[in-house]
Amino acid sequence: MSTVPAIELQNITKTFGSVVANKSVSLTVNRGEILSILGENGSGKTTLMNMISGIYFPDEGQIFIDGEEAVIASPKDAFDYKIGMIHQHFKLVDVFTATENIVLGLKEEGRYNLKAAQKKVQDICERYGFDVDPKKKIYTMSVSEKQTVEIVKVLYRGADILILDEPTAVLTPQETQKLFAVLRRMRDDGKAIIIITHKLHEVLSLSDKVAVLRKGEYVGTVNTAETNESELTEMMVGKKISLNIERSEPQNVTPRLEVHHIDCTNREGVLVLDDVSFTANAGEILGIAGIAGSGQRELLEAIAGLQKLDSGAVLYNNPQTGNMDNLCSKTPLQIRELGVRLSFVPEDRLGMGLVGNMDIIDNMMLRSYTKGKGMFLERKAPKDLAEHIIEDLEVVTPSATTPVRRLSGGNVQKVLVGREIAASPTVLMAAYPVRGLDINSSYTIYNLLNDQKERGVAVIFVGEDLDVLLELCDRILVIGSGRVTGVVDARTATKEEIGLLMTKTEGDAQHG
Amino acid sequence: MADVMTKKHTHEPAITIAKRDDLVWWKAWLIRLAAILIGFLLMGFVSMMLTKVSLGEVFSMMIRGAFGRLFEGGKATMLWKFLQETAILLCLTLAVTPAFKMKFWNCGAEGQALMGGLGAMICMLELDGVTPWLHTVLAVVLGIVFGAVWGLIPALFKAWYGTNETLFTLMMNYVATQLVAYYVLIASKGLTVIRPVETGALPVLGNQKFLLNILVVAVTMVVLYFYLKYSKQGYEIAVVGESQNTARYIGINVKKVIIRTMVISGAIAGLAGVLLVAGTDHSINTHTVGGLGFTAIMVSWLGLFNPYIMAAMSALVVFLNIGAAKVADTFFLNSSYADIVAGVVILFVVGCEFFIRYSVKFRHTKKEARS
Amino acid sequence: MITAFIQSSIPLGVPLLFGSVGEIVTEKSGHLNLGIPGIMYAGGIGGVIGAFLYEQACGNQLANMNPFLAVIIPLLVSILFSVLMGLLYSFLTVTLRANQNVTGLAITTFGIGLGNFFGGSLVKLTNSELPSVILTKTSGFFRASLPFADDLGWFGRIFLSHDFLTYVSIVIAIVVSLILNRTRIGLNLRSVGESPATADAAGINVTRYKYTATCLGSAIAGLGGLQYVMAYANGVWSNDAFGDRGWMAIALVIFAIWKPLLAIAGSFLFGALCNINNYLPGLGIETKELFKMLPYIVTVVVLIITSMRKKREYQPPQSLGLAYFREER
Repeated sequence: MSTVPAIELQNITKTFGSVVANKSVSLTVNRGEILSILGENGSGKTTLMNMISGIYFPDEGQIFIDGEEAVIASPKDAFDYKIGMIHQHFKLVDVFTATENIVLGLKEEGRYNLKAAQKKVQDICERYGFDVDPKKKIYTMSVSEKQTVEIVKVLYRGADILILDEPTAVLTPQETQKLFAVLRRMRDDGKAIIIITHKLHEVLSLSDKVAVLRKGEYVGTVNTAETNESELTEMMVGKKISLNIERSEPQNVTPRLEVHHIDCTNREGVLVLDDVSFTANAGEILGIAGIAGSGQRELLEAIAGLQKLDSGAVLYNNPQTGNMDNLCSKTPLQIRELGVRLSFVPEDRLGMGLVGNMDIIDNMMLRSYTKGKGMFLERKAPKDLAEHIIEDLEVVTPSATTPVRRLSGGNVQKVLVGREIAASPTVLMAAYPVRGLDINSSYTIYNLLNDQKERGVAVIFVGEDLDVLLELCDRILVIGSGRVTGVVDARTATKEEIGLLMTKTEGDAQHG
Repeated sequence: MADVMTKKHTHEPAITIAKRDDLVWWKAWLIRLAAILIGFLLMGFVSMMLTKVSLGEVFSMMIRGAFGRLFEGGKATMLWKFLQETAILLCLTLAVTPAFKMKFWNCGAEGQALMGGLGAMICMLELDGVTPWLHTVLAVVLGIVFGAVWGLIPALFKAWYGTNETLFTLMMNYVATQLVAYYVLIASKGLTVIRPVETGALPVLGNQKFLLNILVVAVTMVVLYFYLKYSKQGYEIAVVGESQNTARYIGINVKKVIIRTMVISGAIAGLAGVLLVAGTDHSINTHTVGGLGFTAIMVSWLGLFNPYIMAAMSALVVFLNIGAAKVADTFFLNSSYADIVAGVVILFVVGCEFFIRYSVKFRHTKKEARS
Repeated sequence: MITAFIQSSIPLGVPLLFGSVGEIVTEKSGHLNLGIPGIMYAGGIGGVIGAFLYEQACGNQLANMNPFLAVIIPLLVSILFSVLMGLLYSFLTVTLRANQNVTGLAITTFGIGLGNFFGGSLVKLTNSELPSVILTKTSGFFRASLPFADDLGWFGRIFLSHDFLTYVSIVIAIVVSLILNRTRIGLNLRSVGESPATADAAGINVTRYKYTATCLGSAIAGLGGLQYVMAYANGVWSNDAFGDRGWMAIALVIFAIWKPLLAIAGSFLFGALCNINNYLPGLGIETKELFKMLPYIVTVVVLIITSMRKKREYQPPQSLGLAYFREER
């Protein structure tokens, strides 16, 4: 094996406006090697990789491929250097079939022949043990199927340098293991593989070397065999921190929200919630685990009055009146009029929870604009609230009149969670509240949720990182394909146990 | 320097474009102003070549076309006409604005105004034996209702089925045109022209035929400014326009907002039709609105959702139209010359937004700085 | 009677077919070109200018005119005009990423103005009493049809009696359909309209595809204007005569759910709808005006019906109307 690295980056710098995304980064990858790029959210990992795959062009610095300086000005140039990237947000055309997506943009010899391409796709699948139907349309596929298509697409192009951006974020532990097996097989084939991640245990179990980025700067590269979790964390965050979430024992647990046998069909006519029942208790954090798109979003939206239900009931145990109110088939407005203090931090922060182009004050007003008499708006109270949240949660912003779109991910989330908590809720639902946040912001959010739990709020937390779910929650409800497949005690359950429940098939589903 | 040159950077992009959203407002306006100026100069040179007179003469002719000899001590007749046309264009612009703010592409102001005019005309012609003031009120009300209904129909389908509103409203324009053509033939008993009638017409203020129209539009402008900026309904429109998901999330009834806003939009367009028929022409034909409904769409977009800026933009467009028409008229050019002039200047303003939203950098300067 | 109705409806459908196929090509690249009505005007006036200059050059003598040149010159000038308009639209919306709706409307205003300006100016040059440019000689070449068509009874009159551009429009629609569905270029183009980021990551030159599709679409649409003035209107250009056919062509795209083959059927159906008021017996002149609404009302009904069908394949290209910027964050 040659000693010339497959890719060598030298002093790469990239800025977006006034934001420095990468500052003088240098690293190398050899063939037959898996390199992890480790860094917090926002540390510039994806930007760096996008420059290798031709999406961005570096402001400064050079890229060497097999020792030769390379100019990668477009994704096409990247293909010519046999570089393939699997993006975190899949780059697939929904209305095309798997094969159409795979051959997209290729200039193959001879006539355009889908049949021949299908054959070639099947060959690749057999070689690496993938399971893809070449004629299936993307929009009917599950996330892990889509990811497989992305990988086949890159292999079809003969890539021997593969970059994967957070490939495990949407997979179950079992699917992750399968993916890792494939990656190891490719490494043994002599390919150079770069995997972007912020999960330490994956880094340790998969890669040969780890390169760490922090706030756009290159910290260093270590051999995986010679390092450990705490050293990596220190490199990544820049200081020693303890990674433990303080979990208190639940106090005064009483049922607050009872969900009884709800069914829900989405616009395409697919049953997305199938006979779901559970209880959320006051003073407790109930985690919800499941593969992305298993009905988590619909479930929370159904409780919040945003999703029409086919049948079933959502009963709210009103602590003020002692009544059981049925929230089913009520609009968010009607639910609020019932005196139900339900707060909801949705998954899509800037597309649902907040309006990106409005400033912080106007975003505070979303929850309160109907207050006050007359047809005109009351701006004083939202302004006070905005300033209060900026101060309390240490939101980094030029002013309260800055459009939230311009804030960083963590600050956006602080504004949203801050507003939802300000309503002093009795039920607080949060969907993936730490997605894309750096470690400090994540812990701020965990602390806020714990704080609400101690105040007797029924907290529902939908998460994707099973480690976090197990550390933060009291109970975990697992759903698979819209059905409840189990409820476990977070203090005793294991990751593998939950992983199995996530993929449990319909036949052996149980009710919790 | 020399060793930098020897390196092969042949297919490196020469220009880099980056998004920016922190441009200070006055710089943005400077860019827009420059675009208008360049558009003006370009059309000035084209006019120069077509007419073989100096640039200064072309522009002074345009000014004379719009304002008459006002600046040379003449009468203000032309100025009033200029203000009237600006007012009508502004009224139509105001009409489409709430819909645009909601991201509802109402391309039907033309038809909504025509229906408003038709409503007023029907009331003026067909109603008999009512006291004059009531007759006028009824004509105004019927006109506004007609316009509102014409806005309501596409809104209903948009709200329930998500029907493409751009084409729906466009088609409604032509349906309105045919309805007017039909009514003109009926009312004129086959003569194709309705003779002007005074019954039910708007009163004339202070001997100045256009004054009332202008005042009505000015009031509408101020009211709409406050409605969009300070009212709860205006806030709802903004939220629905930015994100329907957010609107649903906080409990706004999106369907209701779409329908309500389009009724308002149609009603204001209907009002423009009323001003044209009951306030100005006292008659109607298929060209009464004369394409201003389409121009209004562009003016509204250029006006950045601010009614006051829209007033300025309306004045600019009307100035271009009348001024260029004057140039065309003087030199026996075709009257469509005005459309070309207005089109070019608008295209310049549309294009210049790029330089406000993106910054363009040339790469080689950076390379040299590094070495 | 029915034969005559069908025979006279077909030429009315041809501009719509050119327009809608042109718009389909453009929309497949993710651009909603509302400038098509203006571009069709530009294509029409381009043809008129070409024909006018050639007729002048031949001293207005039919005998001096070469049939091939008489057709090819207007055709090329027409294409040149519409491609220039398409280029202007692409520059603004692709490179400068301007709002597509506003740009399109401005192009339409500009194009109609351009058509009428040149039209009016030519009228002045001819010192004619009538407000129109008359190019009957050139039109004669455009309208040449198969000599034996009339001998074949109703079949000949319905299918074989038309000008050559009618057949060109159908051929173009079929070819476009084949390219979109059966070739690599078509696959790439569709991906640009669905998800430019995906196309870009797959190594497709998004900007080039968008420019090419828009300009090609404009050229096709412009032929609609040419066919209208040279074949349908017997070579007579009057200002504003082309009317709102461009808007109807855009609406037809939705009717045809972005499939050129359905656009063929739709265009001739719409041609018939525009024509029906001339063939229904016993209509008064007022009622005729009401019947002229028919195509618009049918369009509206079609819009509503398509919006009620939620099937994924019936939806517009996913990125229609959105500007693409690679380094979007």
